[in-house]
Amino acid sequence: MTMELDVFVGNTTIMDEEVYQLWLDGYTVNDAVRVRMDGGVMEECEASADVLLSDTMDQYRTFQMCERLLHSPSKLGNQLLFQIPPHRQAMLIERYYTFDDGFVREVLGKKLSKGTKKDLDDIGAKTGVTLKSCRRQFDNFKRVFKVVEELKGPLVENIHHHFLLSDKLARDYAAIVFFANNRFETGKRKLQYLTFQDFAFCAGQLISNWTVGAVDNMVEDMDVDLDKEFLQDLKELKVLINDKDLLDQHKSLVCTALRGKTNNLNEMETNFKNLSRGLVNIAAKLTNAKDVRDLFIDLVEKFIEPCRSDRWTSADVRLYLTHYNNSVHLLDTFKHQVVWNRYMDVVKSSINILHVRLDESEGLSCFMEKKKSQRWGR
Amino acid sequence: MPGKLKAKIVAGRHLPVMDRASDLTDAFVEVKFGNTTFKTDVCHKSLNPQWNSEWFKFEVDDEDLQDEPLQVTVLDHDTYSANDAIGKVYIDIDPLLCSEAASVISGWFPIYDTIHGIRGEINVLVKVELFNDLNRFRQSSCGVKFFCTASIPRCYRAVLVHGFVEELVVNEDPEYQWIDRIRTPRASNEARQRLISLMSGELQRKIGLKVLEMGGNAVVGYLQCFDLEGESGLVVRAIGTACTLDKLSSGSAPNTNTHMPVFGEDMTSTSGPPTPFRALPTTSSSLPPFSPSKPCSRQSSSSDTDLSLTPKTGKNTWVPFSHLQEFPFFTLTSFPPGFLVHVGGVVSARSVKLLDRIHNPDEPETRDAWWEEIRQEIKSHGKALGCHAVVGYSESTSICEEVCILSASGTAAILNPRYMREGCLDIGITDHRFEEPSPPSCGFCHIPYDELNMPFPAQLTYCYLCRRQKVPDVLFTTINLPAEAAVTGKGCLIQARLCRLKKKAQGEVNATAISNLLPFMEYELHTQLMNKLKLRSMNALFGLHIQISVGENMLLGLASATGVYLAALPPPGGIQIAGKTPGDLSAEHHILTIQKRINDTIAKNKELYQINPPELTEEVLGSPVPDSRQRSRLFRSHSESSDEVSELDLSHGKKDAFVLEIDDTDAVEDIHSLLTDAPTPTGFYSCNTEIMPGIYNWTSGVQMFTSVRVFRLSNANLTNQGLNKIFTDLCENLLKSFYFKLRSMIPCCLCQLNFTVAVPEEELIQVGGFRTSLVCNETEEQLQFPLELCADPSSANCQPASKASGKNSASVDYGSFADRCSTWLELLRLKAHTIRRGSVKTISSLERSSPLPEGRSRSLRSNRSFGGISVTVVKMTPLSFLPGTRIIKYLGIINMFFIRETTSLREEGGVSGFLHTFIAEVFSMVRAHVAALGGNAVVSYSMKECMLMENPNKNQAQCLINVSGDAVICVRETDQEPTPSTASI
Repeated sequence: MTMELDVFVGNTTIMDEEVYQLWLDGYTVNDAVRVRMDGGVMEECEASADVLLSDTMDQYRTFQMCERLLHSPSKLGNQLLFQIPPHRQAMLIERYYTFDDGFVREVLGKKLSKGTKKDLDDIGAKTGVTLKSCRRQFDNFKRVFKVVEELKGPLVENIHHHFLLSDKLARDYAAIVFFANNRFETGKRKLQYLTFQDFAFCAGQLISNWTVGAVDNMVEDMDVDLDKEFLQDLKELKVLINDKDLLDQHKSLVCTALRGKTNNLNEMETNFKNLSRGLVNIAAKLTNAKDVRDLFIDLVEKFIEPCRSDRWTSADVRLYLTHYNNSVHLLDTFKHQVVWNRYMDVVKSSINILHVRLDESEGLSCFMEKKKSQRWGR
Repeated sequence: MPGKLKAKIVAGRHLPVMDRASDLTDAFVEVKFGNTTFKTDVCHKSLNPQWNSEWFKFEVDDEDLQDEPLQVTVLDHDTYSANDAIGKVYIDIDPLLCSEAASVISGWFPIYDTIHGIRGEINVLVKVELFNDLNRFRQSSCGVKFFCTASIPRCYRAVLVHGFVEELVVNEDPEYQWIDRIRTPRASNEARQRLISLMSGELQRKIGLKVLEMGGNAVVGYLQCFDLEGESGLVVRAIGTACTLDKLSSGSAPNTNTHMPVFGEDMTSTSGPPTPFRALPTTSSSLPPFSPSKPCSRQSSSSDTDLSLTPKTGKNTWVPFSHLQEFPFFTLTSFPPGFLVHVGGVVSARSVKLLDRIHNPDEPETRDAWWEEIRQEIKSHGKALGCHAVVGYSESTSICEEVCILSASGTAAILNPRYMREGCLDIGITDHRFEEPSPPSCGFCHIPYDELNMPFPAQLTYCYLCRRQKVPDVLFTTINLPAEAAVTGKGCLIQARLCRLKKKAQGEVNATAISNLLPFMEYELHTQLMNKLKLRSMNALFGLHIQISVGENMLLGLASATGVYLAALPPPGGIQIAGKTPGDLSAEHHILTIQKRINDTIAKNKELYQINPPELTEEVLGSPVPDSRQRSRLFRSHSESSDEVSELDLSHGKKDAFVLEIDDTDAVEDIHSLLTDAPTPTGFYSCNTEIMPGIYNWTSGVQMFTSVRVFRLSNANLTNQGLNKIFTDLCENLLKSFYFKLRSMIPCCLCQLNFTVAVPEEELIQVGGFRTSLVCNETEEQLQFPLELCADPSSANCQPASKASGKNSASVDYGSFADRCSTWLELLRLKAHTIRRGSVKTISSLERSSPLPEGRSRSLRSNRSFGGISVTVVKMTPLSFLPGTRIIKYLGIINMFFIRETTSLREEGGVSGFLHTFIAEVFSMVRAHVAALGGNAVVSYSMKECMLMENPNKNQAQCLINVSGDAVICVRETDQEPTPSTASI
């Protein structure tokens, strides 16, 4: 029985979370009905396909009407058209802004432009996300980006406030915005093993250490851009590799500290200069926008890959980096401790996570490592 | 000059972008009342303007205050061209005129445009200063309270019930005026909205005057209707029951159990004992002459049928003067204990009229005479049933082209004269009926008519409860089940549906055809109801509402009621099937199987509704098939354009009522349709009365909704059976849809299910040749009701005595239901986990309140928190109360009329999208008005009218909606302090 007109409106807007998810996932009404039928709703409540279709249509219509409001979530709270209990509003917003990790991984670090939008069907096909859902997610990224781009103050809080997202989701969006703004390269084959959450972690580190807002918590500061002054200062670190004495001194300090704590001491000793040069060179080049973009690929090529070839475990890497970092403080002639710390905090944790993931992806990591890695939050 | 209206425009928000170049708007506001207009400054380049205007003051008559709405228009300033309208807000200031209602209107109102819908919101403040007016001859009736609630409002007590008030106002419909050809659709819609707003204001004022004359101070059960008669004009009419109400002091704090008003002791002296009253000289014959229409500023006037008869009196002078109530009708459907003495049965009258153009709006006498005629019929039917009053009275119309069916129905009853104003009822001298007080649990079932001189053949037995008085074997009423009635088991919704084809015709021929069909429809609906009642093993119907709507080539009948088993009435007999041709073996076998199915169904229903009346040993219950003829509680008549009144005896002639004869395919169909009514799924209950008989524990979880469906009949040559099938399926599917949608709320009860059917106008088809073959009809039905979660957590400590007798198996389920409810959030959490990652966040954000320090949020546009502080939650319910809450204040009546039109139907998602948006918009505007009055709920809400016209070819549609209800402040029963903004969720 097909109706010419069929509407159902409640004073308190009635929404089914399951249908909402289907709608968000970009299912057509008919596909959604099929999914629901397979899900067994019909047996549960003795409904017919007609009833299911009519219900799905109603819900889809409601969601479409709500979508405009979801674009600026703060409006949802004081609009008068729909009476939705606050916790339902929060659910609607949260789910609307939730994205597929597979999808976001594809666009991470890309410019959120029309050009990228055109490739969405390819990305959709690759990740198995419907085009409709891809568009929604992409538009969400773009919308959040546009709003917070020019805003002052902490990035996460800005997102949290303007889009009323949960803390976790706001952090993820901060990572997306930050990556898009600085155009970090994440698509290279060598970086393929990294998930969005890995990058999100690194982004969190970068935001809290390398941006202007990181040093002085002034409200006027911007979290989206890297601190230019700091990048300039990084050039000073070159002394660590250029000054022969300093380099040797550093090396011996690290080796002394490492003695007896690892099985790979020999490899570490032989590779020290090479690795140190790699890390310091990365730092020194960061004034170049191009090199900023390649930060992650550089870290992999200059540090992780050499370690891999020497079969360092993640514990080794962590140990090495800790002492590599700490020993610098013992160098009396080295004057740039603050800059060094700021640089190394990010590099250390980033390399750790990058290395752990590589271990995992190649199935080499031991049980303990896995446990540790879970702390990065999946 | 007794009033000063003050308005202040504070701010706007979410305004639409009116200037494409800047993506902003230069908004200003015009505030208009009567002929006076004020303007605010232009707030340049802002979508969230702050006007903070001065107080605009209007000095006006209180007559105008009652009639006119305050009109707030938001415009976009344009330097070079005409200013563009963004939208309007009409604010009815009536609630401010009553000292006991709201004192200020303040809040955010949606800015509404008839073409674009809601476009942003505006914050307005309105106040009224009234001066005392001692003029006895004034035309205003400020201070009379109006209630849509069809019972004595919860925080009042009735000192006196005065009786029936009615009024009718006519005007030309702006949509059909010549000027409509040259003005824009927007202008035309706005003219119409404004006119109807004016007319209903005027109507209310005039009814108020009548109430004051009668010495009352309030109207309860106020029912206002619009008849859009098309070419012939626009009629706004209203009926209600005048009362004198006393506000209960807030200290006495009535809860829902003691909400029933207490009648004052003092009034017994004024109304006196039921001594011989002046018996009314047959009022019907001595119709008062129509009063000359009063000079009126506007082009509409009232129809005062009895205004000229009575001297105007002051508000408080209550003297038993010679004012005799012409019609002893009461629009109330629930009554204080002891008010209702006996109930006779349903009385109804219908009449088919041909509409003619209302040439002079100042003379609405024709319409008035029509209703007069119908009311006389009702009255005489009531008399025939031995009753002196009609309660649960309502009137309705169905219009198709120039044919109009007027219907009125009610329940004949005998009321306790102690509560009446003298002269209100026509009580005979021989009133033996009051001498013997009947027990409240069964008294109302006792027959009011003389046993020896029955108006129709009926089978009477002694009351099963008190054994002293006679009761009929079935009882049909239009009222709610009295609270004190003894009921066995649970109730359920019973519907009879019927379609009848008719030939297309014009004018007189058409009217005759319709009036010829009507008796048959009534008869069949009645038979269906009776059979379905028997099938459910019940013996009484409450809240019976029969709607017959007329279309181009068919008539639709829909009767809805709530069936119950009254303990006082005898148990219903079974249904027996009989064949016409005895001896035919196969046929007999067929009959046997059907008989078996019917018996099984009855047994199953008994179990389902927990009907297990105590066995009566000392009385012979007789065979399941009673020997006597069926008699009907229904008294109806039809009259054509002529004044003839034909009475219809609904008894089945010589046939036995409960024997269904299978003599042709029709009968087989009937029986099939009888058996195919899908049972309600477990956990659901439905009824069309206020409360579900047999369920007493309600939670405060209320959800009101409206659903509209239109079905296009594709087949041009349909038979009656085919149509019936489609119609029945439509209704059944709608119910099924509800059960499905509300499955998460189980156990729940759908109350006040209000079905309406309509056959919208057949569309004009341009190509001549297609005219006959391309018949497209639509069936629209719409309903609204709340649903209640009836398993409240308190069911654990619920006294088992209250739901004692028939509830052994179900009580177990109840516990688990309650359990399920309380763990609802838990379940949600679990589900959220399993469905998708990320949804876990739902919970965390639930507890979050405004997350940012103040310093930060100032720079941001909004600092919304999830606490729901910014928008007051307003509940809406068609019930006269909100379960679990206590109404502490009535803020005034809500009566709104909206038109919405679109010329981009496809873009708005087709008719469904269009209507969906519109209904949501109407809800939001009602909520905004209630919130602005300081209320948090609308009770007795109803959507009176929902007319949809579409033209998909032109990509156009238009819809009209009329809603009404009572704005109230309610608090949770446990709360002491009135905290409207927080008490809501």
